[in-house]
Amino acid sequence: MKRRSLFLTITASMGFVFLYAPIIALIVYSFNKSKLVTVWGGWSLKWYSELFKNQQIIDAALVSLKIALVSASLAVVLGTMAGFVLSRMGRFRGKMILSGWITAPLIMPEVITGLSLLLLFVAMEGMFGWPAGRGTGTVIIAHTTFCMAYVAVIVQSRLASMDETLEEAAMDLGAKPSTLFFLVTLPLIAPALISGWLLSFTLSLDDLVIASFVSGPGNSTLPMVIFSKVRLGVTPEVNALATIMIAIVAIGVLAAMYQMRRQTKLSSNQE
Amino acid sequence: MSIPSGSAWIDKSASGMARYNLSRGVNWGRFSVIAVPGLWLGIFFFIPFLVVFKISLSESAIAVPPYSAMLEWDLEEAYATFKLNFGNYLYLFEDTFYLDAYISSVKIASISTFFTLIVGFPIAYLIARSKPSMRVVLLSLVILPFWTSFLLRVYAWMGFLKKNGIVNEFLLSTGIIDQPLVMLQTDFAVYIGIVYTYLPFMILPLYTALEKMDLTLLEAAEDLGSRPYQSFFLVTLPLAVPGIIAGCLLVFIPAVGEFVIPALLGGSDTLMIGRVLWDEFFLNRDWPMASAVAIVMLVVLVLPVMLIRNAQGKEEAHS
Repeated sequence: MKRRSLFLTITASMGFVFLYAPIIALIVYSFNKSKLVTVWGGWSLKWYSELFKNQQIIDAALVSLKIALVSASLAVVLGTMAGFVLSRMGRFRGKMILSGWITAPLIMPEVITGLSLLLLFVAMEGMFGWPAGRGTGTVIIAHTTFCMAYVAVIVQSRLASMDETLEEAAMDLGAKPSTLFFLVTLPLIAPALISGWLLSFTLSLDDLVIASFVSGPGNSTLPMVIFSKVRLGVTPEVNALATIMIAIVAIGVLAAMYQMRRQTKLSSNQE
Repeated sequence: MSIPSGSAWIDKSASGMARYNLSRGVNWGRFSVIAVPGLWLGIFFFIPFLVVFKISLSESAIAVPPYSAMLEWDLEEAYATFKLNFGNYLYLFEDTFYLDAYISSVKIASISTFFTLIVGFPIAYLIARSKPSMRVVLLSLVILPFWTSFLLRVYAWMGFLKKNGIVNEFLLSTGIIDQPLVMLQTDFAVYIGIVYTYLPFMILPLYTALEKMDLTLLEAAEDLGSRPYQSFFLVTLPLAVPGIIAGCLLVFIPAVGEFVIPALLGGSDTLMIGRVLWDEFFLNRDWPMASAVAIVMLVVLVLPVMLIRNAQGKEEAHS
């Protein structure tokens, strides 16, 4: 028994090393003075100042943030509706097809989603003159479409695991559907909406393939700029950018973890 | 349908969870909750596939947009010609390059999925068997990389695997090798990239399955004289099968259509269908051919996965 648990500890620790070694190396080398990525030239913040002087990266980051904010918010609204369709709307004609549409983007290869949306936009422009050209607007539509699937699934599972008696009580007391939704259901599914928004925001900020298809000239998103730089090789500037992004995410996840631990402690104290 | 008030509970169970379906006649609130996402997905998810299908049947042309019209109106003669061109599909089957790319994608995705399982299982097992307070910490450690940029995580491996990269420097300095290994731009790098980026997708379902396991079963096996490795293969592994299937699907599905990983870590001979589609579109600017590749990919790779998932969902609903 003892020997197997040692084997387990070793293999699992190797797994964690595998997960974190590349990230840690990336962070360490972002502080490297030398331009040669593998030669250590001493600590320096040089690449960070280079990064903030790079107007192309800053512009692209702003474009990406704007797209991510709008499409995450739209995806939460549409995805919540879709989640309700999946779990609270009973039966209606066409439900099978609609449920298929709602979850299909989850397994659709990004190249197909990107290509098909681009061809749609081109065809629509030919027929109705809208959307005139491609840019942030078309990327927002594309990101909303694939992010809403994730929100729908999160909202659906939250609705399924929720205590239904609260909704029933509100209804027995005469709440109209809209009152029921805004005063009872919405506060109950709020955590699911927050995690759905965060997930959509991250997915949108991270997407390279779909954005490459549907964005127009002069509207490069951050992943598109990173990809074109990185294709030519490792660059210290991108290391600095990666470190900043990892730091932001790490702080966010640590805060969420702290909050979760505190809540589990509180609820166990109440019991 | 009128139901006597005394049996209202039957009504509830019959209509499932249709609690928002309250008023009689047309319920505009309910209607719009269904119609808004329905319309959005119809326009931006379903119709695009029809457009792709249509363009896959047209010919490539030097024009804006670069394909020929399928329907041509001749106003003087007042008739329309309807042209279907199956040439793209014929070409897909004639040129073995495309077939090789589909097969190679499935091969690379399967091998990587297998290794993701091998790497992920011990981690999931360790987390499931640790103290509840440790579980939150370890799970967060697994999820944390998932929240950071996928592109940057793939990029991190470029610095690791390249010729004068960290792995080679380390192996050279310890004297294990005397010449740098070629790792970047090989299929090996693609396997590593896929295992690395999709590891959380494997660990989470495995953890869920292992955590639910009844530990007294292991005690029972031990009491009956089973050795640890026997109980692992005869008790733990069979109980983890639902998690293994779910995790493998979650890794295999995105891996098979992957573009970024083969583009950054793979060599020029690393064939994957997502990359072929990308090159067909962005380099050759052959939109009809790219569309045909997408349609075949949809039929050959995506539909089977959808059917498997549907069948699984039904099985779960039955049990």
